[in-house]
Amino acid sequence: MVRFEDVWLKYRTRPGTPGHDVLRGISFEIPDGGFRWLTGPSGAGKTSLLKLIYLAEHPARGFIEILGTRAAHISRREAALLRRRIGVVYQDFRLLPQLSAYDNVALPMRLAHRGETQINADVTEILRWVGLEDRLNARPDELSGGAQQRIAIARAVVARPKLLVADEPTGNLDDEQAQRLMLLITALNRLGTTVIIATHNMALVERYPAPRLRIEAGRMVQNG
Amino acid sequence: MAKRDDLGLREALSDRLLPMLVAAMSFLAALGLAGTLASASLARAWQNEASATLTIQVPQPNDPDATGKVMRLAAVQAALAQMPGVENPQLMSQADENKLLTPWLGGNATELGLDLPSVISARWAGASSPDALGESLDKIAPGTLVDAGAIWAARVAALTGSLQDCAAVVLLIVAAVAAAVVAVAARAGLAQRRDTITIVHGLGALDGDIAARFSSRATVLVAAGAVGGTIAALPVLAWLAWLAAPFAGTGIDAGGGALFNLPLPLLATLPILPLAAAGIGWVTSQITVRRWLRGLP
Repeated sequence: MVRFEDVWLKYRTRPGTPGHDVLRGISFEIPDGGFRWLTGPSGAGKTSLLKLIYLAEHPARGFIEILGTRAAHISRREAALLRRRIGVVYQDFRLLPQLSAYDNVALPMRLAHRGETQINADVTEILRWVGLEDRLNARPDELSGGAQQRIAIARAVVARPKLLVADEPTGNLDDEQAQRLMLLITALNRLGTTVIIATHNMALVERYPAPRLRIEAGRMVQNG
Repeated sequence: MAKRDDLGLREALSDRLLPMLVAAMSFLAALGLAGTLASASLARAWQNEASATLTIQVPQPNDPDATGKVMRLAAVQAALAQMPGVENPQLMSQADENKLLTPWLGGNATELGLDLPSVISARWAGASSPDALGESLDKIAPGTLVDAGAIWAARVAALTGSLQDCAAVVLLIVAAVAAAVVAVAARAGLAQRRDTITIVHGLGALDGDIAARFSSRATVLVAAGAVGGTIAALPVLAWLAWLAAPFAGTGIDAGGGALFNLPLPLLATLPILPLAAAGIGWVTSQITVRRWLRGLP
């Protein structure tokens, strides 16, 4: 379950300055295995909301529960272990430039100390899913933007996360690849993964109907 | 985290600058360590030598003693022969006494008709201080002086103690500079791999895992540098040991064997330097990386 109650997020340019609110009083709940689209205009606070979910930011106030854990009361170790249960597709991919496609995708499994045999099987399978089985050894700078995005998606789902958070995951994909990605995500969702996808692609939202969270100017204006 | 260079630390923590700086630190540490051990060894040798030497001056040696029955010199010699703790009392010959006085009185001091005291040298092997010796001899032959060498021993002890303190301070400074060098290198590595570490942190890497990767790399580089620096110091230490041998009384062969004749305590202690350096590298990099990681959510 993902639960927000009256969550506020404030960004400060420098410590001690008042800062400004980017999220104001956000409340919603997504049950285990739920699927939500997160929509809203650019700058509305979608990425900031996702950062709170994958524990990259701390709220100024409010209550956050992620996968049954109260985010405000966990140690750094617990936060790290919780992050391993969350798959994240970043808008800017965030691949490690010095690693091959294979090693980038394998990274979450290695962090979780999975065996290399299992890693090899799962990474190879997911790279085949995203159509990059012939680019295992390519480094990110040798791949197109779309291919990098598919690597980022593969990395996010390879460890079968309990929660998948994606920020514009189809932004660099053609229609066929976007469809293929959505097949993968809906399959994961059917297997019990909770999914939250931030997007501007309303055609995609229409094609895969699911409850929406809509944010405008830091406030939740639609929930359901 | 698996044992592979996922963080790209082979580039971020260079295998040139850090080992070279640590090698220089280790070279200085080896000299400081040798200084500490050598000053301790010399202090022991000199103090033993100085505190064991007795010099007894008997003025008017041919006058009668306090009993009036024998000459003062003979009475003092007889008393010394009976006293426990006094070993090998030897009356200084006229020639030796002349040699001793030559700087002040010229080459034939004993022919000037001066009333010179007789001088007896001996070794003190008693367990306690030889202070009471002077009082006993003064009763037999008033005016007899006993120089026990204890004052010189105390001065030597103070000097060598100061040298040891200086050498210890040098070691501490070298250790502090080595720690600072490792901290700066680790921070440079963190700055260079900021994005990578942020991503890995976001994927669920534990602080301890990331710090361990840095520490492993830093420890290897520091240990390698320290081994190099310590080995480079060996010829210099051998040369210094050869120079110090006559003072320490170790009897090191002046020939080519000097390199292999470093004092055993030094040879036994030198391997500690790379181990200590590795420990400094590991602890410093752990602290530096963990503190830096605290800046991440």
